[in-house]
Amino acid sequence: MFSILFEQYNYAVVIILMMTGLYVVFASQNLIKKLVGLSIFQTSVFLLYITIGKVEGGQPPIVEAHGDDHASLEPVLVAAGNAKDAAGYAAGHSDVLYSNPLPHVLILTAIVVGVATLAIGLSLVVRIREVYGTIEEGDINALDYSYNLEGIEE
Amino acid sequence: MDILSLFPAWLLEQGPAFVIVLPLLMGAIVAILPSRTLAWWAALIVTLLCSVTAFGLLLQVYSEGASLYTMGGWDPPHGISLVVDALSAPVLLLIAAMAVVTMVYAMPATIAEIEPKKRAPFYAAFLLCFAGLMGMVITGDAFNVFVFLEVSSISTYAIVAMGAARDRRALAAAYNYLIMGSIGATFFVIGLGFLFMETGTLNMADMSRILADLDGGSRVAMVGFGFIVVGLGLKMAMFPLHTWLPGAYAYSPTMVSVFLASTATKAALYLLLRFTFTVFDPSFNYDIVVVKYVLVGVGVVGMIFASLQAIFQTDARRTLAYSSVAQVGYMLLGVGIATAAGIAAGYLHLLNHAIIKGGLFLAMGAFWYRFGITRVTDFNGLSKTMPWTMGAFMISGLSLIGVPFTAGFVSKVNLTIAAADKGWWWAVAVIVVTSVLAIIYIGRILLAAYFGSPPEIDGEMAKRNEAPLMMLIPMWILVFLSISIGSNLFGLGDNFVMASERAANLLVGIGG
Repeated sequence: MFSILFEQYNYAVVIILMMTGLYVVFASQNLIKKLVGLSIFQTSVFLLYITIGKVEGGQPPIVEAHGDDHASLEPVLVAAGNAKDAAGYAAGHSDVLYSNPLPHVLILTAIVVGVATLAIGLSLVVRIREVYGTIEEGDINALDYSYNLEGIEE
Repeated sequence: MDILSLFPAWLLEQGPAFVIVLPLLMGAIVAILPSRTLAWWAALIVTLLCSVTAFGLLLQVYSEGASLYTMGGWDPPHGISLVVDALSAPVLLLIAAMAVVTMVYAMPATIAEIEPKKRAPFYAAFLLCFAGLMGMVITGDAFNVFVFLEVSSISTYAIVAMGAARDRRALAAAYNYLIMGSIGATFFVIGLGFLFMETGTLNMADMSRILADLDGGSRVAMVGFGFIVVGLGLKMAMFPLHTWLPGAYAYSPTMVSVFLASTATKAALYLLLRFTFTVFDPSFNYDIVVVKYVLVGVGVVGMIFASLQAIFQTDARRTLAYSSVAQVGYMLLGVGIATAAGIAAGYLHLLNHAIIKGGLFLAMGAFWYRFGITRVTDFNGLSKTMPWTMGAFMISGLSLIGVPFTAGFVSKVNLTIAAADKGWWWAVAVIVVTSVLAIIYIGRILLAAYFGSPPEIDGEMAKRNEAPLMMLIPMWILVFLSISIGSNLFGLGDNFVMASERAANLLVGIGG
């Protein structure tokens, strides 16, 4: 049973990171710590995607030009659906095993999204600190609670 | 259709890309425009152009069938394709039209709520949010959905937080929304990861083809399905995951609450329909179980609990927000019935509720604009001081309850018939009970407004002080739409029902 765990250790790491992140988001009272938890949670997904992209024995997906100027065009042609043109180029390279580059590209996008979310989150925390004078969730709720009550009296 | 020939051919041909690219680009430009009025005009024109295009696309779908736009000429499954069909086109038009209504209303509203130098970036963020929602609905690529989901979400966090100028609780609400929204989006992307693992493609049509070959769906795809449903559930405020919604709707700037209430949860619901009925085969065991037990379960519990919570709110905006959670329950019930009639009713309620809740939040914003009113107790005598605004609020409110000759009645009747056809009489009972609860929470506000007397200020009764015309016009357009759908003026009611039936037929596969 442990051998499976060690063979698939990357998935174990993903799960541990994911659960740690989620726990930190829900358990901590400090708004900054919550954002830290959120980032850990998102990082676990990056790792999950990169794990998917790995092909056993696969090379980095960079096409080498074997003195043929058009070789670098091959993936472009395949992607564009010009299978007929691509077949000619692909024939010489079919023995090379590449890792899947797509998940890396996807995760680049997801990293950018994560950075943007973190930036917005941190700037919100700055504004909350300015207005409320605290970044503890319990204190903010208490302040809002009294604010609600005072509002009703007026 | 004769109207279709009025659209230039290039607009219809490039329309799918146009409705995303235009607001995205203009969002960047509007942010740096020096003049605030110019920024407003630019944003208004962008939303107007997008709605005209969306209308053209809708007509095209009905006359010529669904169309597939390949971004940059890269064929699917490798390139990103944009899909305009009977399911996505009505939602596109709805989002674009609601954006126009919101922008017209925004002129007076933002002047009262947003600092002058922040107005241009505010409109820019609004356009980005708009572009994200349009993209979510139109794209045929699963990962692209995530990107647009985040484009719209991140800009939404920013514009919700801008409500801090009038209510500081907007900051905490925006923060909560950010945490919950990011968790939801991350769940969605985890689900996509599992699907990609199983199918090796990101194109929805391709994904659906490969999954169908997997003989009942594999276990990996099942896990992915679970993550996707939870992720989208967070985005559309499915009952136990709705905690971000009341704060975000109540404390954001008024135009933002109008736009969010009428579009944001609807786009997520549209995606749920896409994923449960087209990407995953609805005959898969786990799909059936989730749709029949989970969606219906949370839908029904949400209808009852959120309606009860709506009754006990002191803040009228929060009453409306909880009512939105309850209405999502109606739509989920429709989806869960899973017959063509049930899905059609859920889809129709999606369209109708956007119009109804939009009208209610518009009126609510106008009350705040004139008198700073948000609490139910402050509504006393509002029918005398703001008769037209209160009139719009009343009709939209009645429509929400489901009074005959209004839009809410049409969708609730359709939903009831669908439930009864399926033999789910308990669901009929729940619909009736929650409608009674709606009478209580809307009636509470109407009673105060129509039978209370206006407060006295310095010994004098408060004077009549109607909302500005720029607010009244969008409000009454929505009210008029709501009545037209309900009483089938200009065949509008039939058109809406037809649109929802076509969308449902597409999903359950009777062609369409």
